[in-house]
Amino acid sequence: MNANTIEPMNTTIKIPTMAEMMAAGEKPEILFWVGCAGSYDERAQRITRAFAKILHHVGIKFAVLGTEESCTGDPAKRAGNEFLFQMQAMSNIQVLDAYEIKKIVTACPHCFNTLKNEYPELGGNYEVIHHTQLIQELIESGKLKAEGGDFKGKKITFHDPCYLGRGNGVYEAPRKALEILDADLVELKRCKSNGLCCGAGGGQMFKEPEKGKKDVNIERMDDILQAKADVVAVGCPFCMTMINDGVKHFNKEQEIEVLDIAEISAKVNGL
Amino acid sequence: MIAQIIFSIALLTAVILFSIQVKKIIRNINLGKDTNRSDRPKERWLTMAKVALGQSKMVVRPVAGIMHIFVYLGFVIINLEVLEIIIDGVFGTHRIFSFLGSFYSFLIASFEILALLVLVGVIVFLARRVVLGLKRFSGVEMTAWPKSDAIYILVIEVLLMSAFLTMNAADYKLQLAGYSHYLTAGSFPVSQYLLGLLPNSTESLVFIERACWWFHILGILAFLNYLPFSKHFHIILAFPNTWYSNLNAKGRFNNMTSVTNEVKAMLDPSFTPPAATEIGRFGAKDVQDLNWVQLMNAYTCTECGRCTSVCPANQTGKLLSPRKIMMDTRDRLEEVGKNTDKHGKGYDDGKSLLDDYITREEIWACTTCNACTEACPVNIDPLSIIVDLRRYAVMEESNVTGSLNAMFSNVENNGAPWKYSPADRLNWANKD
Ligand code: SF4
Ligand code: SF4
Repeated sequence: MNANTIEPMNTTIKIPTMAEMMAAGEKPEILFWVGCAGSYDERAQRITRAFAKILHHVGIKFAVLGTEESCTGDPAKRAGNEFLFQMQAMSNIQVLDAYEIKKIVTACPHCFNTLKNEYPELGGNYEVIHHTQLIQELIESGKLKAEGGDFKGKKITFHDPCYLGRGNGVYEAPRKALEILDADLVELKRCKSNGLCCGAGGGQMFKEPEKGKKDVNIERMDDILQAKADVVAVGCPFCMTMINDGVKHFNKEQEIEVLDIAEISAKVNGL
Repeated sequence: MIAQIIFSIALLTAVILFSIQVKKIIRNINLGKDTNRSDRPKERWLTMAKVALGQSKMVVRPVAGIMHIFVYLGFVIINLEVLEIIIDGVFGTHRIFSFLGSFYSFLIASFEILALLVLVGVIVFLARRVVLGLKRFSGVEMTAWPKSDAIYILVIEVLLMSAFLTMNAADYKLQLAGYSHYLTAGSFPVSQYLLGLLPNSTESLVFIERACWWFHILGILAFLNYLPFSKHFHIILAFPNTWYSNLNAKGRFNNMTSVTNEVKAMLDPSFTPPAATEIGRFGAKDVQDLNWVQLMNAYTCTECGRCTSVCPANQTGKLLSPRKIMMDTRDRLEEVGKNTDKHGKGYDDGKSLLDDYITREEIWACTTCNACTEACPVNIDPLSIIVDLRRYAVMEESNVTGSLNAMFSNVENNGAPWKYSPADRLNWANKD
């Protein structure tokens, strides 16, 4: 296989980088900001690939920064390291501006929030959307198929990521993307603005939790088990890790599948 | 005449004492750093109208929300009656507004119905605290004082409302008897049912009417002066607090311009930062390092615990409780205020908000999920205080656990929070 290529259904797709596009004198419609988890975490890489397949499938001209991408600085900022955050932000802004980026899509709510809300004050102004918002648009414009297929009749629930939901008020887009499947969409006991965190935010992903009765993702499993869902849809690579660990904790890997909205949409579209 | 003088003195004293306390609170709030929250005034008025006046976030929990609206409406509207009481008290008149005729009857009738609703609401609230012992009203920060504070307020309201209704009943009975200056005025849909409970002798009735009148108004004046020491101060501060609340997306944390200047200077040696506006520490160690909105938040907190009851850290048994963050901030600020009274401004008692009140274990348990800010009925932001304390620990002290330090150095050196090579960033595209 060549470098930067993924192969859905035996057709190879090329993942163009900004540098390559620039060299070819082209410009993408949208930059796909992959994020650290999406780049390095094995499970999240699958989300990244699924989303790239969707972009390719609907014919959106996109590019990634590749090795020129760097952490947005989100975990540093939440953990109180404003210096490190701003260093990251300013050098990222230099890269983005050098490529004259206007529009960004990302599958990580943390990158989404930081790029959208915290970069403007440091001089980085872009239109930033979360991948569930793009998927919703694509379904609505008929570019993505929406019939259930594998998910027909299954019980699906959605775990709201804090930085998408409460952080930015995006509750509907991911639900719209799911509603359209012929599945049985059930809400968790704590959902939408009352959604319970997966436990990864604020730097928790990178440290041991403080002493307590249990871990936050285990608490969240109460809601998931109660909903008796076959599929837990997520929209954040960190939630993916935490919910997966929770499912494993209860030995429910056979019964409960944890999938990102991008993976669900890709599957429905045979990608 | 003597009554008028006593009344005027009581009124004046109450107002003066209250102003002194309010001034102190304003002074304490102003110990905080400056922050600009006067932009987008239209949106701010709207937020205040919705959240404070319209109590939009209270009704998320319907039972408590509706009862609270009774008590709140009753409280605000019945206070119109206080205006009449004050005029009557100072000038020795009786029911000065009765010339309004049927509108007056309408007003009195509404006050009575509201008073009854307040009584119902307050009794439900008391039951929830005393009989049902709701979990939300306990917790480490709910020590003896905050618990009794809540009970005192409710009991005072029961007494005030009972006095108000009894006063009206006695007045009505005297009106019916055509006694002396008790002219027929008002309509008494609630207190008419109390007539049977009252004695028939006009002397006793006058005594009861006067006693309740005095009790009611002195009670209100005393209550006014209790407010600044109590969580009940929220009835005033809820308004400015929502007006000045954060209008940005909750996920957006504030930008530290002091850091921006340093980072710019680092990246570009020719950059000259604007003349230092204020030299302070990075982040917050003590209350003076917080901004004034955060300090006003602390005085506004109603100690309702809605934040803590949805906090994932608290729910899973961690020490962190966003309500405690707010109560600690207020307690520490009060302490700093008292120090200022005693020793003058800038006195150092060797204590600070971080460590002496809020522990490291608490601030590091936060997932920055914003459940607390979403739940708060008066738009308080405990999260911003937690983050400012973290900023101090990280940027001034470099005092963080090894794993967070490792994350920082990974971001700095590898451009990712994990130890992966930046050269491998596109590897995801080469797998299937
Ligand atoms: S932001 Fe922090 S303090 Fe607030 S609810 Fe979430 S974990 Fe608790
Ligand atoms: S911060 Fe808000 S939600 Fe929390 S106890 Fe205070 S008033 Fe209630």
